[in-house]
Amino acid sequence: MLTKKVKNRILFLVFVFFLSITAVFFIIKSLNKNILYFSSPTEIKQREDIPFGKPMRVGGMVKKGSITINEKNIQFIITDFENEILISYSGTVPNLFAEEKGAVAEGGLRDKNFFIAERILAKHDENYMPPEIKDIIEKNAK
Amino acid sequence: MLSNIGIGLVFLVLILSFSIIYKAIFNLETSGQFIKKNIYTLSLFQTTFTILCFFTLIIGFINSDFSLINVYENSHTTKPIFYKIAGTWGNHEGSLLLWVNILVIFSYLFLVFNHTHNKKFRLYTLIFQNILILGFLFFLLLNSNPFNAIYPIPLEGLGLNPILQDPALAIHPPLLYVGFVGCSIYFSAALASLLSGYGGKLFAQSIKTWVKISWCFQTLGIIVGSIWAYYELGWGGFWFWDPVENASLLPWFAITALMHSLIVLEKRNTLYFWVIILCLLTFILSVTGTFLVRSGILNSVHTFASDPSRGIYILLFLSLMIFSSLVMFFKKYKKETYNFNLKSRETFILANNWFMAFFLITVLIGMLYPIFLDVLTNVKISVGPPFFNIVIIPLVVPFLFLMAVGPKFGWIKSQNKILHKILFLILSAVVINLFIFYFFGKYSFLSNLIFITAIFLILYLALDIKELINKKSKLELPRIISHLGFGMLVFFIGINYQFSLEEDFNLKVGGIKKIDNYEINFKNIKIKENKNYKAVIGKFKIINNKNNSVQYLDPEIRIYSNPDTLTYEAAIKTRITSDLYLTMSNVSRSEYYNIKFQNKPFMIWIWISAFMIALGGFVQLTLKKNEH
Repeated sequence: MLTKKVKNRILFLVFVFFLSITAVFFIIKSLNKNILYFSSPTEIKQREDIPFGKPMRVGGMVKKGSITINEKNIQFIITDFENEILISYSGTVPNLFAEEKGAVAEGGLRDKNFFIAERILAKHDENYMPPEIKDIIEKNAK
Repeated sequence: MLSNIGIGLVFLVLILSFSIIYKAIFNLETSGQFIKKNIYTLSLFQTTFTILCFFTLIIGFINSDFSLINVYENSHTTKPIFYKIAGTWGNHEGSLLLWVNILVIFSYLFLVFNHTHNKKFRLYTLIFQNILILGFLFFLLLNSNPFNAIYPIPLEGLGLNPILQDPALAIHPPLLYVGFVGCSIYFSAALASLLSGYGGKLFAQSIKTWVKISWCFQTLGIIVGSIWAYYELGWGGFWFWDPVENASLLPWFAITALMHSLIVLEKRNTLYFWVIILCLLTFILSVTGTFLVRSGILNSVHTFASDPSRGIYILLFLSLMIFSSLVMFFKKYKKETYNFNLKSRETFILANNWFMAFFLITVLIGMLYPIFLDVLTNVKISVGPPFFNIVIIPLVVPFLFLMAVGPKFGWIKSQNKILHKILFLILSAVVINLFIFYFFGKYSFLSNLIFITAIFLILYLALDIKELINKKSKLELPRIISHLGFGMLVFFIGINYQFSLEEDFNLKVGGIKKIDNYEINFKNIKIKENKNYKAVIGKFKIINNKNNSVQYLDPEIRIYSNPDTLTYEAAIKTRITSDLYLTMSNVSRSEYYNIKFQNKPFMIWIWISAFMIALGGFVQLTLKKNEH
């Protein structure tokens, strides 16, 4: 026969155990749902299974002379010197956004050549290059 | 010249640290209750020289002495004097010197103010703290010396990143450093307590003031950083779940948990080992944050021009810290038996700790997962705000509820009959929420729950204040202020999130745009020359058709020349009920300007509530003084 105290303690432990399992499950599940994958224009071209419309990031260099602006949005081309992709964005751009500088766009693919950005990422150092872009450029320079 | 003075002073501090450790070890074995006078003297000298060292660097920055590489890289003669001074800690090397300063100052103050406590405990604390000081001094000398000289001496400096030339950002680092590095003293004290066996209640009393001080400054530092992000980054948000923001949150969760369980240790003389874990964890997380930011592993606003060797040094130091604290902890660990009644205050404080642990783990996973994935599989991902929002926000509901109810329970076992009060207040909260829902707009089920519990907490604390006035006791005041601040914070963030208006569009000069009941006229642009930048100032007339009010907003594009950078300054009209927020940017001199217009309800209240959280801590610090 278990005393009340022991019974309480067992109940308590079971409760805690159950709680932590659900918590971890919950965290992992929403983590997997909310990951943003980073791709280069070339990866987008080559991959067959790339999802359209799902949030993701695209990065590379802003192509020279590619920025056009009208009443509704800004359009520009991001290139990794092999392939390129057209980005359409509406909103203010970060202060370091310029032609021939690295940029990362966050948003969704319309098709393999057209990307609608919700956000252009701000990087706050003129010498700074996002590591993802650095990798791409180093790879293509070889 | 300055370089030699600076390096000389650093060496002096280094020698003093060694001699303090030596004397302290010697003093451990001698009998008697008092610490030898010469240790105090050495410690005082150490503090004086460290501060002098820091002033030497400040003088270097004020005089624009470009013979120091550090000044050359981060300053410029045309910079306003205020930002010259702030530049001292606006870079990696200088901030490390500030870091050492705080380690030393806290070490001295702890020695002086805790004279009633056990001698061995205090000596061990001093020894551990000085080991930390030595570690960072070596780091400073070997890898990140702010006094390194350059020859030939350049005529002009490279300038400070304009985005950092801002009053909020000038005070943000010192605040955070006092907060994060201040944790070092109870890291040392915790190890000392394990070694000397000076635990329990007395240990709690010896560190509680220090915990509160660092908590207050951490909170303030985070708030100031957030305010800066709001008006400088031009997104109009105040929290982005940016990896660096997360890095600052981790120690904050740990220290908040510590502050609460410390009360249990002091009052009930239990949870000793848990408190020790939290003491160790808080500082370890602070250093981890520093490591991630300084090594360039995390990239964000704060990326100092990164250098892998820095990362390796901090990582080594960090592993050493973690390893030695683990060894000492498990060597001394004894099983404690807890006997907590469900309806007692200590149970609720434990609940607080669980929530903090949950938040901590969530943020930690979200922050580290991309790093691990990149290392293991080379897949580049980032974890966005939705993850944190989805995991953390639902948990805020029970958290707020317990925050209201918990403190009303007595210690050990309580017969508190508050059920009808709770029911009544929940009912009132539901009614108030219905009003908001009905009159102002619709929102999701979860938001409803958040609003209800936030209002419940606020109401509950309002009753507590009434009780406080009747009893004329100030004892509960700090708790009420901080908890009220938190309740209001959640409430106003909720309102702000639900009812913000945000619109992005492009406009030519002279153009007009209509959004909801606002009409935005882009009147003109002016160019103004300032001392260290050129500004393009836009003039916008905002007509609110609902109440026929007219506001003028003038956002700026600033063109800095040293270094060549643009910054976009948001124009913000702050009112009691809402902020009007407008930023303008321009790409490749196009005739169209990109505009972001926002109306953010109760923005100022978010800041007020956040400051209230910190204020509670400060009030507590002053209260303690009056009581003695």
